[in-house]
Amino acid sequence: MEELVQHIINGLNLGAIYALIALGYTMVYGVLQLINFAHSEVYMVGAFAAYYGALRFNLVEHPGWSSFFVTLVIAMVACSILGLCIERFAYRPMRNAPRINNLITAIGVSLFLQFSGQLVFGADPKVFPEVLHDSVLFSFGEIQIRIFDVTILGVALVAMGFLNYFIHKTKTGMAIRAVSFSFRSATLMGINVNAIIMITFVLGSSLAGIGAVLVGLKYPKIDPLMGMLIGLKAFVAAVLGGIGNLTGAVVGGLMMGLLEEMVVAYISSTYRDALAFGLLIFILLVKPSGLFGQTRVEKV
Amino acid sequence: MRSIYGWILVIIVAAAISFYAQLFLNPYLQQILLYIAINVLLATSLNLVNGFCGQFSLGHAGFMAIGAYTSAMVSLHFQPFVGSLEILNFPIYAIIGGSASALAGFFVGIPSLRLRGDYLAIVTLGFGEIIRVVLLNLNVVGGARGLYGLPGKTDFLSCFHAFFWAGMTVLLLWRLVHSSFGRAFLSVREDSIAAECMGINTTRVKVMAFVISSFFAGAAGSLFAHATNSLNPASFQFVKSVDVVIMVVLGGMGSITGSLLGVVLVTILPEALRPLQNYTHIDLRMVIYSLVLILMMILKPSGLLGSREWNQLLWWRRKGAA
Repeated sequence: MEELVQHIINGLNLGAIYALIALGYTMVYGVLQLINFAHSEVYMVGAFAAYYGALRFNLVEHPGWSSFFVTLVIAMVACSILGLCIERFAYRPMRNAPRINNLITAIGVSLFLQFSGQLVFGADPKVFPEVLHDSVLFSFGEIQIRIFDVTILGVALVAMGFLNYFIHKTKTGMAIRAVSFSFRSATLMGINVNAIIMITFVLGSSLAGIGAVLVGLKYPKIDPLMGMLIGLKAFVAAVLGGIGNLTGAVVGGLMMGLLEEMVVAYISSTYRDALAFGLLIFILLVKPSGLFGQTRVEKV
Repeated sequence: MRSIYGWILVIIVAAAISFYAQLFLNPYLQQILLYIAINVLLATSLNLVNGFCGQFSLGHAGFMAIGAYTSAMVSLHFQPFVGSLEILNFPIYAIIGGSASALAGFFVGIPSLRLRGDYLAIVTLGFGEIIRVVLLNLNVVGGARGLYGLPGKTDFLSCFHAFFWAGMTVLLLWRLVHSSFGRAFLSVREDSIAAECMGINTTRVKVMAFVISSFFAGAAGSLFAHATNSLNPASFQFVKSVDVVIMVVLGGMGSITGSLLGVVLVTILPEALRPLQNYTHIDLRMVIYSLVLILMMILKPSGLLGSREWNQLLWWRRKGAA
């Protein structure tokens, strides 16, 4: 019983991180109808930005909340800039091209960042600096709740809450929803679609940056290829919840994290990566629109 | 009668290349030539799905792996011809490898081809990765250590065998896409709803293209297994699928001539750039590839040849057509 609760806590942590990254996929898909393959590399660059930032400002020597937040900000800013560059230089020239060309570009950007990451950062893994000390916050019997668990869930919840407020309560958020509802009508209503797309990329990329720092805390090993697998899983989470739907991405991410933790705990850890793809194939077979997505009828 | 000319041409070209390779080229260049033959199978067959049928598969390395491992396992336990007739085993292995792969293509294709482009890309990517993970964990096929000591030679006949397969793939696919059946592929690519209205069973056509494509990918895997005499799951990573996609995109999606051009460029370029790598000590290959992919999509998305074939590129043929 205690073991199960402990696994659920771990699964929720992992799931919160997946949800943060899945939100980035789902928002870009919402406005551009494009699977942003490069999103997982934005996340990877966020981790490295936090790593170099923490070394540069000597944050390792005074770990604590202030250092942690400085790291978060560094990662968010770096990710936003990268996201903007990707949007401006790779996706915007392709705005009116066929979808398949967009897809190839996205894959190209993803590979480019992966392999230039190997050149710039080196291919060998690095240890993420400990900007925050971990310790047991409180425990019930065998169940331990650690500072990292609370931090990860807390930061993720705050970020999601902010995003929810932004999308549903502000004028810019309304514009984002309008663009994702209909690109062309939004243009006709005088919405600056390019600006809105850029804002979407900034939001999505900063969430990936937050996710990167949280993963860095919990699993402190970073390398240029780290984005690929977690990106794929987050994407599966987004599809599970219904791509283009924010609630869906969060629920999908949490489910993905919990399922993965359960598979690792009770079946075998060699199947943890196969789970994501198996789940993806299963959803696409049974309900391709996901849990919360609406099916759109294709019109001639 | 015309059908025979094609086969004669394939045999002559394959024999000519093999003779040239045996007489004038050193083993290193012969190896590159073999890789070109294998890549011709991979690229033209992927072009059938990605270019002619308008779907987007990212799992070609997975199908190649199935073909390679099936063929390798068969070759270790079953050798119908011995002695000087040994070479006759290899077509059998290639067909077995191709068939195994086609079967996998069938089972992967039926569920996944109902999906739209970008989902299909992810599912095929996932499939390719699953295959690799399974091969890594299967002890029967050597796991991460791989398989060694597979039969295979690099003499004239093996070279001829590889190029015969390459020529045959090009010939068969050419015939296929220029037949009335092949026009169904094009109609699915151009507008699947309109195609459906014209009475084309689009799912069936897509699965068909996928199965044919996987067959040749499997055969390519078999050729690869017996050309390198050893197999390792690391040869079938996602990057391998991307290699093939780049060949197809670079040459032009929907052009067999373009795929051939893409194969030659992508196979020879890294070898030609090797001196540069000695100088810089870093492997820039994938960085260059991905940049080429992005720039190509922005500047000339149709690829070098677009959907034109060799006969539309010759100036004396083009006058009348234009």
